[in-house]
Amino acid sequence: MLDKRMTVDEIVGQLSDGMTIGIGGWATRRKPMALIRAIARSSLKDLTVAAYGGPDFGLLAATGKVRKFIFAFASLDQIPNEPHFKNARQAGLPVFEVDEGMFHWGLRAAAMRMPFLPTRIGDGTSLLDQPELSKRVTSPFDDGETFVAMPPIRLDAALLHVHRADQQGNTLTLSPDPFFDELIGRAADKVYVTTEKLVATPNLDMVNNLRFNILERAQINGVAEVPYGAHPTSAAPDYQLDLGHLKTYAASATSPEEWANYRARFVDVSDADYLAAVGGPEQIAALKTPSY
Amino acid sequence: MTDFSLSELLIAACAENWRGVGEVMAFGAGPLPRLGANLAKKSFNPALMTTDGECFYTTEPIGPGRRSDPANVEGWSPYDRTFSTLWGGKRVAMVGPVQMDRFGQANISAIGDHAKPKVALVGARGFPGNSVHHRNSFFFQAHNKRAFVEGEVDYVCMAGYNPARWINDRAPLGLELGIIVTNLCVMDFGGPDHQIRVVSLHPGVTFEEVQENTGFPLAKASDTISETPAPTAEQLALIAVLDPNNVRAAVFKDNPPGRRD
Repeated sequence: MLDKRMTVDEIVGQLSDGMTIGIGGWATRRKPMALIRAIARSSLKDLTVAAYGGPDFGLLAATGKVRKFIFAFASLDQIPNEPHFKNARQAGLPVFEVDEGMFHWGLRAAAMRMPFLPTRIGDGTSLLDQPELSKRVTSPFDDGETFVAMPPIRLDAALLHVHRADQQGNTLTLSPDPFFDELIGRAADKVYVTTEKLVATPNLDMVNNLRFNILERAQINGVAEVPYGAHPTSAAPDYQLDLGHLKTYAASATSPEEWANYRARFVDVSDADYLAAVGGPEQIAALKTPSY
Repeated sequence: MTDFSLSELLIAACAENWRGVGEVMAFGAGPLPRLGANLAKKSFNPALMTTDGECFYTTEPIGPGRRSDPANVEGWSPYDRTFSTLWGGKRVAMVGPVQMDRFGQANISAIGDHAKPKVALVGARGFPGNSVHHRNSFFFQAHNKRAFVEGEVDYVCMAGYNPARWINDRAPLGLELGIIVTNLCVMDFGGPDHQIRVVSLHPGVTFEEVQENTGFPLAKASDTISETPAPTAEQLALIAVLDPNNVRAAVFKDNPPGRRD
């Protein structure tokens, strides 16, 4: 039987300087944060990072891993602006800024191996001032409408967090919104997932869970079991986001000293020490459902 | 005369954005526009579809700061479906930009130079796509010249009535800017060449005060601008039900009354 099991550090070992990395989830929901912290501790550098951004963006920016972001937003949801991302942007960190739906469109172009997909999005806005969005394409039909050509967002690697997986890379994403993890996976040459629980294939109960299986295993290159691996973001229904911790994290963007303190307590530590530092599994499991 | 707060006046004004728009997805960003959408659904447009802010449509609208009861869920709206819905034009939004210019172009991305912003904001989000696919209206909690800027906004996240930015000088297919509700007045884009004009003034506010706080010339909907209609007793009762935690009272400092002294 195929065995794609890896440790988080082995996944990080598959990545290299200068890569374009896509990250699944959305803002404070289902981000592979244990993997992000492992990248933050590694020697990796000059990454181009593409995502519906949350604390994944902030941690990688604050630890100096990023050359460029491809993004439509960076937010902690209940805290509207991602504070470390904000600091990095204000220091001049380059971006390719797109619309949320356009981001999805660029992933789809990459997934379909298309040189572009046409869209009306961007028309009338400053987004089109960017070199990446300088190309137009005119309908060959009678309407003759001219569109923005959205280039593919091609990823060297995608990092996703799922709820259940087997060792072959069959996965279940149980959250109420799967976001665009399928397309992020299909836009990538390699896909690595962290999973709340690694189970035997029959225990995926795939017949009853088939709509939660958003990517087939041929797309998945590595699987690491990391319980609570999305904390402080949510992996509902297993656990909710940790607003208290996100506030602590946000406060760490106020000064270099605060950041050094946060980093020493929550980033430059093992997964086990991290879990203990944020209150332990029982406390995470008891987090309350947020309102949006 | 019924007492009402400024927030309640604005909720009723925001609700008008969803009058006559039919069975579409309603999106109101921030507590007052969201309550406005909910009020529209509970009064003159019961066909509206509203969400819990996460990914569920609910039969009874869910106010800010509240979670949905599973029994109230009637449909599913993950982000993928939200984009499909809005690309099809079946959505009407009211959003809260940081800046707006005389063309109705809106900014939530960056203040200053985009390459190295003075203030980095959240990012363009779905503004560009929203603006070329469905009707959008706007809410500004503080009507001033930092919000309504003199020149063009620092980064155009949302298309407006500015042909210089349109592809081939043709208006984007779905471009439709609705109303602008602020703490001083209600405006729309009904002036000459879509010039922004004042439609109604909140009780005690003058046109001159609005113009002094706006970075570009405003038109008037009529020589005598009417007063923004006060929320009715029925509307106030509905608002109280829709916002039991009284989130609306915390929007403005000291929760001022809707009628100035």
